[in-house]
Amino acid sequence: MVSKILIFMLWFLVWLLLSWPPRISSFITGALVSAFVSFMTMDILVKDRPSGRSPLRYLWFVYYIIIFLWECLKANIDVAWRVLHPKLPIRPATIKIRTDLKSDIGLTFLANSITLTPGTTTIDVDKQNGYIYIHVLFLKEGCPDHDMRLPVVSKFERILKKVFE
Amino acid sequence: MLSWQSNFLSRAFLWLIISAILCLYRVLKGPTAPDRAVAVDMLGILIVGFCAILSISTGRDWYIDIGLAWALQSFIGIMALAKYLEGKDFDE
Amino acid sequence: MNETIGISLIVIGLVFDFLGCLGLVRFPDVYTRLQASAKCVTLGTCGILFGLFLFKGFSATGMKALLCLAFILLTAPVSAHVLARGAYRSGVKPCKDTVIDQYGESINK
Repeated sequence: MVSKILIFMLWFLVWLLLSWPPRISSFITGALVSAFVSFMTMDILVKDRPSGRSPLRYLWFVYYIIIFLWECLKANIDVAWRVLHPKLPIRPATIKIRTDLKSDIGLTFLANSITLTPGTTTIDVDKQNGYIYIHVLFLKEGCPDHDMRLPVVSKFERILKKVFE
Repeated sequence: MLSWQSNFLSRAFLWLIISAILCLYRVLKGPTAPDRAVAVDMLGILIVGFCAILSISTGRDWYIDIGLAWALQSFIGIMALAKYLEGKDFDE
Repeated sequence: MNETIGISLIVIGLVFDFLGCLGLVRFPDVYTRLQASAKCVTLGTCGILFGLFLFKGFSATGMKALLCLAFILLTAPVSAHVLARGAYRSGVKPCKDTVIDQYGESINK
C-alpha cells in the first residue's frame, strides 16, 4: 500500500513540475490524471516485496544521492583527463563481478550508478547467478581475479542494500 | 541580462556546434552500426542542451518544452534501435 | 549572483560536452567510445540544465529544466547499457588492446 501511494506521489510531482505555478484547477486535474496513470502503471512498477523495512532507508537514499553525485563528478574529470592525454592511457577489459542484490530496482540503481562512475559501464546482468558484467576503461594490475569485486561497486552495493532490501 | 552575458551565450552555440560536428563525423565515419547508434544517442542529448541555451538567450520559454519532448522521444528511439541491433549480425 | 553561478555551470557543461564528443572521435572501439561520451555528455547537459534553473529560479521554465535533468540522469545510463549489450550481441569485437574479455567467454559458452 505504501509503495502505491509513493507511485501516486511521484506522478503527481511530475505533473506539478510540468504545470508549474500551482493553481487549484491544475491540482484537481493533476490528482485525477495521476490517480489514473498510477492505476495503469501499478503492475509494471510495484512488485510484492516483504514489508517491515525501517523508514531510515529514505535517509540512506539521500546519502546515496550525495555520494553518487560526487563519484559522478570524479568520473568525468578522470575520463576528461584520459581523452585529453596525447597517448590515450587505456587498458580496456570486460570483467564479471559478483553482486548480492536480489531485487529488480536495486539492480537497476546499481547498474545505473556503475555506468556513471569512474571508468566502468554495465554490459549485462545475470540475475540467476548474481553476476554483473562490466566494461572497464582502465584495469589495474591483477584487479578482478581473486575475489571479483571492485571497490567503487562494493561501496554502492553496501548503501543500496540498506535502501532496497 | 547584462551585455557580457548575452555576448557569452551567443558564443556558447559555437562550442555546441563543434561538438555536434564531432558527433556527425562519427556518424558518417563509424566502421560499424553500433558506432553510429552511439553517436546518434549523444546528438540527441546535445540537442537538449542546445534547447536550454536557446531558451536563455532568446528569452522564449517554450524552447525547454522542445528539449523535454526531445529527451523523451530520443530515449524511446534508442531503445528500439538497440533492440534492432541485438538481433542482427554485423561484421567489420 | 545566481546568474554568475549559472553562467559558470553552463561553461563547465559546455567543456564536458566538447570533451565527451572528442572522446567519441579519439577512442578506438565502440565500448570505450560509449564510456567517454555517455559519462561526459550526460554530466555536461545536466550542468547546462542546472544553469538554466539558476537563471530562471522557481518559474515554469526552471521547473521544467529540473524535470528534464532528472529524466536525462535516469535514462542516459540505461540507453548506454542497452547499446553496449546490443553491440556485443550483434558481434562487434572489443579492440586489440583489451586485456581480459570475460563477457565474450560467457556468451560463447
